[in-house]
Amino acid sequence: MFKTFIAGILLGIAGAAAALYYIPVVNQARELSLIVVHPNQGNTESFHINVPMDRIMVGDPGQSEPLPVGLQWPDDPQFAAMRAELFKIRNGKDAVIGVASRIAANDEVSGDIVEWVFHLPSRGSAYVAMEAAPREGGYRIGQLTTGTREFRPLTGLVTERWVSDTSGLEDAPTGRIEIITAFEAKELEEEE
Amino acid sequence: MKYLISLILGIAVGVAAFLAFLYYNPMTAQNRLSPLSVSANDIITFNYSAVAADALVYTNDGESSVTPHPPKVLQLWEPTVRRTAAAATLLRDGRNQVAAIGIKFSSDSERTNVLNSEAIVDSVWHIYVPGQGSLFVEQQENFWSFLREIVIPAHWSSGDNWRGSWSGNTTSGPGALDTARVVGGSGIFIGLETGGVESLNAKAYEVDGGAVAMDGKLAIEIPRSDIEPIPDP
Repeated sequence: MFKTFIAGILLGIAGAAAALYYIPVVNQARELSLIVVHPNQGNTESFHINVPMDRIMVGDPGQSEPLPVGLQWPDDPQFAAMRAELFKIRNGKDAVIGVASRIAANDEVSGDIVEWVFHLPSRGSAYVAMEAAPREGGYRIGQLTTGTREFRPLTGLVTERWVSDTSGLEDAPTGRIEIITAFEAKELEEEE
Repeated sequence: MKYLISLILGIAVGVAAFLAFLYYNPMTAQNRLSPLSVSANDIITFNYSAVAADALVYTNDGESSVTPHPPKVLQLWEPTVRRTAAAATLLRDGRNQVAAIGIKFSSDSERTNVLNSEAIVDSVWHIYVPGQGSLFVEQQENFWSFLREIVIPAHWSSGDNWRGSWSGNTTSGPGALDTARVVGGSGIFIGLETGGVESLNAKAYEVDGGAVAMDGKLAIEIPRSDIEPIPDP
């Protein structure tokens, strides 16, 4: 019986080690990446943010109704020309796939800046610097500055634009921020 | 029958012994010395309160031990973001003056490996420093020591809390010296690519609510030739 007990101990140790090795402690939920390959060799991925449903925070010193309710945004003059926002971000199937921050600011050293960080937990993060001034048609174009994990070896462009809702449905969003990425591998760009 | 009971008891003891070994393993002690402490370069430090209620905004799935702030903030309940937290906070410089606003996203990492004493969180900072520019910080953080020395003792405590003094670096990569990767985005930081280290200094923790007294510090190495300091007006 004592030998059985010792065998059980060894089995328990081996079983616990095997379980911790083979069973993932963290398994992030995933949505399919909906990347479109275009006939001109480019490929794009579309994301969007439904406004106001996906807005987590609007940090702006001039707000009469803070979002979220109870937010105490600093009234420090150095942040007077800054607007920071937090959003949930959705894929082309309208499923939430991550979170994003957008900072728009102006100061005498940086000039006008508009930046995004897209954080998709199962894929990585992308840091994007946009042109400050929108182009004709309301587009703003930006460049992938750097990224993490899936986005680390990539380079390319990002566009953002505001699309007002025209459905007229009662529970429809006011509109959406449409974001389209066109990324390619850095090596590919260097070859060209 | 007695052999079966003996085997089951043995398995239970084996599992418990293995988990105890992982928990008490002295080889996994937290490295409290910052790799930047031996750097000859300048170091920018951003200090912040790591208590959720002190943040401008803190949100998660709403079911974790850390309570979102303010209470009516939109929560990250969808399956793809359920293991993610987002926070916006004021960052103070070394003289305790408000210097920047930082937004931090943290997600439980699939690289977490209990066998290697790794409770990994993938996190990024998006920082804007008025009058200087913006920064992006990418890091893997290992919270194993934090869990082992604060969170688990708090759960074992009869008062469901922990009081003491704990400090340690959470950054464990992606840099070879356990440093974060810092990239400049605008202003004087354009073109900057350097390293950083985030650390925590905890004094009190509660099972219901998370950290009660805890400060964070993000130290960023600035190579001397990379940026030109702005002269005082």
